[in-house]
Amino acid sequence: MEKFYTLFFVAGIGCFAVAAVLSMVFPWMTLGHYHGMDYQTMEDLAAHPSAEFRELAESYPAEFQAAYGEVSPASYAQALRLGRDLYVGQACWHCHSQYVREVSNEAQRFGPVSTAQEYQNALNQPHLWGTRRVGPDLSREHGKRTNDWHIAHLLNPKNVVPTSVMPAYPYYFDEHGAPTERGFALVSYLQWLGTTWRAEEEVQP
Amino acid sequence: MNAPAQESLVEYRLVRWHLFAAGAALLVSMVAGFEYSLQFLGFFPHPGNELASPGHLRLMHTNLAAYGWLVNGFTAMMYYVVPRLTGKRIWSRKVGMLIFFTWQFILLATIVGFLYGKCQAIEWGETPTGFRPGSFDLNWIPVDSLVVLGAVLLISQFMVPLFKARHQKFYVTLWYFTAGLVWLALTYLMGNIVPEWVLPGAAGAAVTGLFIHDLVGLYVTPMGWGLMYFFVPLILRKPIWSHSLSVIGFWALAFFYPLGGVHHFLLSPIPDYVEFGAITTTIAIEIVVTTVVVNFFMTLRGKWGALRTSMPIRWFYAGAIMYFLTCLQCSFQVTWTFQKIIHFTDWVVGHAHMIMFGTFTFWLFGTIDWLWPRVTGREWHSDKLRSWHFWLSTVGIATMFVDLTAAGLIHGFMQKDLNDWMDIITASVPFWWVRTFAGGMMLTGFLCMFYNMIATARSNVLYEEEKHLVPAQAE
Repeated sequence: MEKFYTLFFVAGIGCFAVAAVLSMVFPWMTLGHYHGMDYQTMEDLAAHPSAEFRELAESYPAEFQAAYGEVSPASYAQALRLGRDLYVGQACWHCHSQYVREVSNEAQRFGPVSTAQEYQNALNQPHLWGTRRVGPDLSREHGKRTNDWHIAHLLNPKNVVPTSVMPAYPYYFDEHGAPTERGFALVSYLQWLGTTWRAEEEVQP
Repeated sequence: MNAPAQESLVEYRLVRWHLFAAGAALLVSMVAGFEYSLQFLGFFPHPGNELASPGHLRLMHTNLAAYGWLVNGFTAMMYYVVPRLTGKRIWSRKVGMLIFFTWQFILLATIVGFLYGKCQAIEWGETPTGFRPGSFDLNWIPVDSLVVLGAVLLISQFMVPLFKARHQKFYVTLWYFTAGLVWLALTYLMGNIVPEWVLPGAAGAAVTGLFIHDLVGLYVTPMGWGLMYFFVPLILRKPIWSHSLSVIGFWALAFFYPLGGVHHFLLSPIPDYVEFGAITTTIAIEIVVTTVVVNFFMTLRGKWGALRTSMPIRWFYAGAIMYFLTCLQCSFQVTWTFQKIIHFTDWVVGHAHMIMFGTFTFWLFGTIDWLWPRVTGREWHSDKLRSWHFWLSTVGIATMFVDLTAAGLIHGFMQKDLNDWMDIITASVPFWWVRTFAGGMMLTGFLCMFYNMIATARSNVLYEEEKHLVPAQAE
């Protein structure tokens, strides 16, 4: 009990392994096999560029052309990936959650309760659920607000929400307030959030 | 074993270096946290600056607290404790220097990485991977890989004396250190590799939850209790009250603690049976904690005067009280009943500060208070500053905890009652003022200590051990 080998192997490796099997392997088996969920790669996610992404290209033709060229699955994938990187790097996920719980009237406030299936994709690896909501949940953000709202909001949140405590992100926009490559990316990513959600009956194997 | 032989076992220079680096990291972490809190009041000092944006400061705050302050502090403490308890020297002084510089380089690279927006989306493990997400294309210094290298060296450094002493019966402190070093390696590898490259989405979330939990429960907690079991009997000059309770405390921690990881994402798409398992074992931990805390307070019985006369004992027991309160709170907040309201709110932030600052940071403050004169060979420059540090920290963390807990309840109930989101924010702002004020007290307290550390190292009043012993017959 008090010797090196017991402590190293039983407490150190043994107890850790038991816990890893119970709380890592079991959920993985349940979620991976039982639900028969398919993993969506970046190509799957970006196969059909969103209406919001097309609208960004139409509203800012010159800027969009310079940053992304044409609207295509490839340019959409590039924008989503960069948008996620910015969302991670600016720690957005430490003030905005990305899952809706079935309690506290969250379905009324934000939208449908989260399912495991909607996170089974390349843009949720690792997931961005977050543990704090200073701002509201963003997992149902797709189509909730216009591109213009997001651009005005990111330029300075107080433009549209006077009592907001969110920081401004002017550096994602040029001197005229038009999005740069990063501005397009962040707005595209925000408008993408929630598009992978499917009703429970649609995903049963 | 006689004292001079023990003295020559310890590499004092490495203890000094790591303690100072720990202090410097905590200073940066606290300043970052303080500035971040000003964002919520509309007084962020440099808005529109992309590098030092509030989000980047938030990442620096937590990561420097964990990998800068706690890891450096615990490493210094182990350099002092492990050779004394095993009677064996560490692996190598040169490796020690390599570890020191590798680790400070990791911290520096992490800070620069955060400033330039490089971050891994794993809470408490945001140190940049250096790879594009989910792939192996290099786009930055792979800090994670360096952490693995640093951790492997660090673990080997202490495993060598522990292994050499394998035929001895270990003292309680070494149980925690041996297991804790193994857990540190396994936890870091699991948390940074599995969700990033193996398991996406909800299954990965179970792993990131386990990582957050294990880092605190299987590295920070064993190091913390290890140092308590070493320093408390040493300073009080009497043995721990009950050996049986020590055994129960250790093995129950080893078994129950890692099972609770999923409780960071309750009521989520993670399967319910996994959540129930995590909730049950988390409540079980409270029983473990009670045994350990009872053991320590029974040890103090008859020596209560030490709380007045010995600064380290005061830090240790203030930390132990907060440890008990945080764990008691945890056994309630982990239930779905509480989670409905308090998850996603400031309640959790208050909880995290109470355990990371109120307990483990307090214990390291106590350790530094005891070690710094001994490793520099100088008397503390100012006793008044030591006292100010203690009271500013204690009043500060108590205020912050009560304030954030109240703010969390208000946020939680307003959210459930479908109030407009901005009304919730407006209702929280007064609490955020108090939080910033409390944080300012904690920061000021630490500035007192950091200045005191530097002034002590530069003073020429030599340290005399005899003046500082707690009387053996104080009962």
